[in-house]
Amino acid sequence: MALLEVNHLDVRFALRGGDIQALRDVSFSLDRGERLGIVGESGAGKSVAAFSILNLIAQPGYIAGGDIHFDGQTLSAMSEHQLRQIRGHRISMIFQDPMMTLNPVLSIGEQMVECLRAHRRISHREAREIALDRLKQVQIPSPQKRLDQYPHELSGGMRQRIIIAIALLLDPDIIIADEPTTALDVTIQAEIMALLLELCEQHNVALMLITHDLGVVSQVTQRTLVMYAGRIIEQGPTKEIINDAQHPYTQGLINALPQMADPGQRLNQIRGAMPSLNAIPSGCAFNPRCDFATEHCRHVMPEFVTSGGCQVACHMVREMIEEAQHHA
Amino acid sequence: MTPSTTTTQVVPTRWQRFRASYLFYSFKRDRVAQISLLIFVALVLAAFSAPLIAPTDPYDLAQIDILNSELPPVWMEGSDPAFLLGTDAQGRDLLSTILYGARVSLLIGFGAVMLQGLLGILFGLLAGYYGGRIDAVLMRIADIQLSFSTLMVAIVVGAIFKATFGNLMFGEVAVLILILIIGIAEWPQIARTVRASVLAEKSKEYVDASRVMGFGSARIMFRHILPNTLSPIFVIATVQIANAIISEAALSFLGLGMPETQPSLGSLIKSGFDYIQSGSWWITLVPGLVLVVLVLVVNLLGDWLRDVMNPRLYKG
Repeated sequence: MALLEVNHLDVRFALRGGDIQALRDVSFSLDRGERLGIVGESGAGKSVAAFSILNLIAQPGYIAGGDIHFDGQTLSAMSEHQLRQIRGHRISMIFQDPMMTLNPVLSIGEQMVECLRAHRRISHREAREIALDRLKQVQIPSPQKRLDQYPHELSGGMRQRIIIAIALLLDPDIIIADEPTTALDVTIQAEIMALLLELCEQHNVALMLITHDLGVVSQVTQRTLVMYAGRIIEQGPTKEIINDAQHPYTQGLINALPQMADPGQRLNQIRGAMPSLNAIPSGCAFNPRCDFATEHCRHVMPEFVTSGGCQVACHMVREMIEEAQHHA
Repeated sequence: MTPSTTTTQVVPTRWQRFRASYLFYSFKRDRVAQISLLIFVALVLAAFSAPLIAPTDPYDLAQIDILNSELPPVWMEGSDPAFLLGTDAQGRDLLSTILYGARVSLLIGFGAVMLQGLLGILFGLLAGYYGGRIDAVLMRIADIQLSFSTLMVAIVVGAIFKATFGNLMFGEVAVLILILIIGIAEWPQIARTVRASVLAEKSKEYVDASRVMGFGSARIMFRHILPNTLSPIFVIATVQIANAIISEAALSFLGLGMPETQPSLGSLIKSGFDYIQSGSWWITLVPGLVLVVLVLVVNLLGDWLRDVMNPRLYKG
């Protein structure tokens, strides 16, 4: 059984004009030690999916349907008190902006010790020892000194290292990393990503990497999940998705990457923009931007079809598969 | 041999951190703040060591001689060198009475602001953090509280207490009652400030991060959000101390505050007011001056703090 299993998750935001569906029918799973990438444009529902796992969606959002299982327990049925035992302890999270994630008025040591002591019955001294050990693991120069420093005294890269150290503090089973390198300098991005990857392997932690950077996904993850307008439209092994994307949207994302082989070319882009969640087109949500859209796409929401190792929600892909079967 | 410099790590102490802070830097450059702090500290020290330094004990009826009443200060004709600032209508040494009175005024000022802070921080945090219905209810209570003036609260509470326990008993607990009255009448000021800063802090990522770490609401509110809202609380608390001292003086002047047997600055001014027409102006003027100076330096300090702690003014 998978470590984390999300089944048919529906998340809605109750707004004055009626509910807005931020996630619809999202299902995926994550195995122990596995690395899963979640890709999509801004507003596709990547972060909402991450927050809903820990049941931390901000008001007025709520989970309208589906269930979430973690290590044999049903997270979606847990009380707030039970969930607090999971958060930060079994499942931890890394945020986008290291400038904002640390509390500016508490020293690094205080924040780490507090997190440890909130979940374990240990003395202040023991907690400091563990914190120091984690700081060494994230390869921070002079870790002893950092414990007594405040966030504003550290650089962005160092802060993100500290945030990774905090995420690893209690030996979690899963780390959810929400765009962990987006706010960093390009030179530091690769460093931090390599560090995160190494530590996850070392501690056998499952990583859920949320990003819009397909390059990072292709290097780091084993499986990828592509989201569009609150729905998963394609999922499967990362290699297959990068090399042989089926869904026109995924193809568009990959084509939009700059090609090293062919410098000086204009970048391809997907025309149009993602619809806002209160005006999702009928049928396939991607149809207004899709070059292959037919009348059928405009009216009927596509179901998942299996193509190779991937699952794709697209009428065109289904027709192509059916045709191939017909000829065979 | 060259000494190795790589391994020495200096962790600054709190005092070193303070010396390096912007607060201290701006204090060193601000003459007004320095003088204000000096006067304030001098007044506070003098007031709280009143039993040690005052020439007489104005609470001790045995030391008072009615024959000494209404003596002018030493630099005027007909004065007695034993009474530096003269005496009041009951023959009490004005200097001693002012020292004791300033102590009462400061006690009420600080006490009331502490009570305001307690209520204001608690309600402001709850309202800002939980929002929704809790916010609406707490802030409406604050609005209602503000529409009752301090005076009305004082009249009602004072009247109820005096009716139940009598005047004598009131004299014994007058300080506590005044703290209660001014504290309750003014807490919405702090609650509103706290609520506004909590709303701003709540949306920051470190609050999300602390929820993700599995912290409970109380811990997030008091340990994570509250320290980040302290600077506006600090600024408004300073101003509120001055306000509380004035409120107390006003209430005492109207006879709703401290009894004349344990005068505060306000009740001293009032007791002198009856004799101002007969030429004994010092009984009112001297404590009045002390009150003005006290409130002025507190307000100047508050102004300076507001300038220093407003991040928009120096962080850009």
